[in-house]
Amino acid sequence: MTTSSTQTDTTAAARDHARSQAGAITDSMPVLPASAWPTPPAGIDADRLTWAETVPGGRYTSKVLARGTRIRLRDIDGSACANLLLYRADAPHERLNIADTVKVPWQAYLSVGHPLLSDQGRVLATVVADTSGHHDAFCGTTSLATNTAKYGDGSAHSGAPAGRELLTLAGAKHGLTARDLPPVLTLFHGVRVKPDGALVSTGNAGAGRELELLIHLPVIVLIANTAHPLDPEPTFNTTALEILAWAAPADLESLPNNDPEYLRAALNTEDAWNAATPVNETQLGRDVK
Amino acid sequence: MTTAVDTPALVPGTVILDETVGARGPWSTIVRAGDILTIVDLHGNQAVDSLFYAADDHGLRYSAAATVAAQRNLFLTTGSVLRADDGTALMTLVGDEVGNHDTVGGACSQESNTLRYGHHTKHQHACVENFLIEGAKWGLGKRDLVSNINFFMNVPVDADGTLGIVDGLSAPGKRLALRAEIDTLVLVSNCPQINNPCNGFDPTPVRMIVTRPEEQR
Repeated sequence: MTTSSTQTDTTAAARDHARSQAGAITDSMPVLPASAWPTPPAGIDADRLTWAETVPGGRYTSKVLARGTRIRLRDIDGSACANLLLYRADAPHERLNIADTVKVPWQAYLSVGHPLLSDQGRVLATVVADTSGHHDAFCGTTSLATNTAKYGDGSAHSGAPAGRELLTLAGAKHGLTARDLPPVLTLFHGVRVKPDGALVSTGNAGAGRELELLIHLPVIVLIANTAHPLDPEPTFNTTALEILAWAAPADLESLPNNDPEYLRAALNTEDAWNAATPVNETQLGRDVK
Repeated sequence: MTTAVDTPALVPGTVILDETVGARGPWSTIVRAGDILTIVDLHGNQAVDSLFYAADDHGLRYSAAATVAAQRNLFLTTGSVLRADDGTALMTLVGDEVGNHDTVGGACSQESNTLRYGHHTKHQHACVENFLIEGAKWGLGKRDLVSNINFFMNVPVDADGTLGIVDGLSAPGKRLALRAEIDTLVLVSNCPQINNPCNGFDPTPVRMIVTRPEEQR
């Protein structure tokens, strides 16, 4: 009989086996602490990183992010598709509203300066950088039925998980149910509208493309990385999504949009934040004097 | 002898219900499977914000995304199937005298109006208020409100992605007809918006007629 590393016939051996797995590095995992991420964005000190994770195709993740966080999503290999939802962390009933997100800025196609608006007239996030330009606010995510029809299966642990299945799981971990899933934004897979309303997939923009969001209020972020509903590929081939986030509160001081609708949204956002944030002692002392 | 012009249902049948929704008002009913809901734009250029739920499972609700992705087109017209998040067919547009209907613009709200027009609009009537009032009668709350259909509303998307509510394509008496595929709760806000052309800056009443086709009886 040979001794192998998988000897698990006693509690001690099983424990040793389990513990021996720690420290493994794969290409689909979170890196903790985030500051251990080997390649922080240019000009960003690794110590500022608060989230570093690679989400493989067909999987999901979530995180609560602070106001003033900057988050970068990267389509590593050119076939990622991030299905995104945002909820205000301190009031999850306030959430991304796709209709307002396209109607209020008078613009359906996302680019730098585009706000992701809540249903309460506030900016949850602003697009602050984008080398992709291939995003979609119309078609939302996929369902068990559509993926089963297209790929043969769409359940969460199948080879072609539907976005709705994954987002239901992601939301559940924050106490949210399927009824709390509004229409989603999809990043890195473009759709364009013809004059007659026809929707045409424009696919991904290529490997290495990135989109960055600045977070204006504390948010729960739900992300499923799964094929777009109009993905023309007959097989499920969604590839990995890289997520990095870092503290960048100073970025809230210089926002990339001067449209009147945006400025009022930013004003509403600051108003809500200021009203809910206790005056700190320094501020109080200054006021008293 | 009255000279009022009667506006019949678009699909003939036994009239189950015939009601007028006042300007700015909310409305709801359950349309049984196989029955037809005709919506009449009595005065023209009125937007009818509408949401749909399976009558026996409100978690099964209209999904703009599932609907437009399945038909690969943003606009609704005859033949369009209104789908729930999981793809279930709720209703089918079986008649349309207008041409297209909006799936993108969603509802006006007090909050979004402050962004679109200014903070002076904060206390004006808005569709989300109607949806909350009417939805509460069925146990629906804020989380149940998703992107809705705006019947009779015209929202073109330009080549560069610019989109917006423009003058409607409807006219007095124009109709559309929806056949319920399953028992469907229909929730309506007869849009009170007075700041954009969706109802010509002047909300007007609409008429709701439910008919049961002869072959259903």
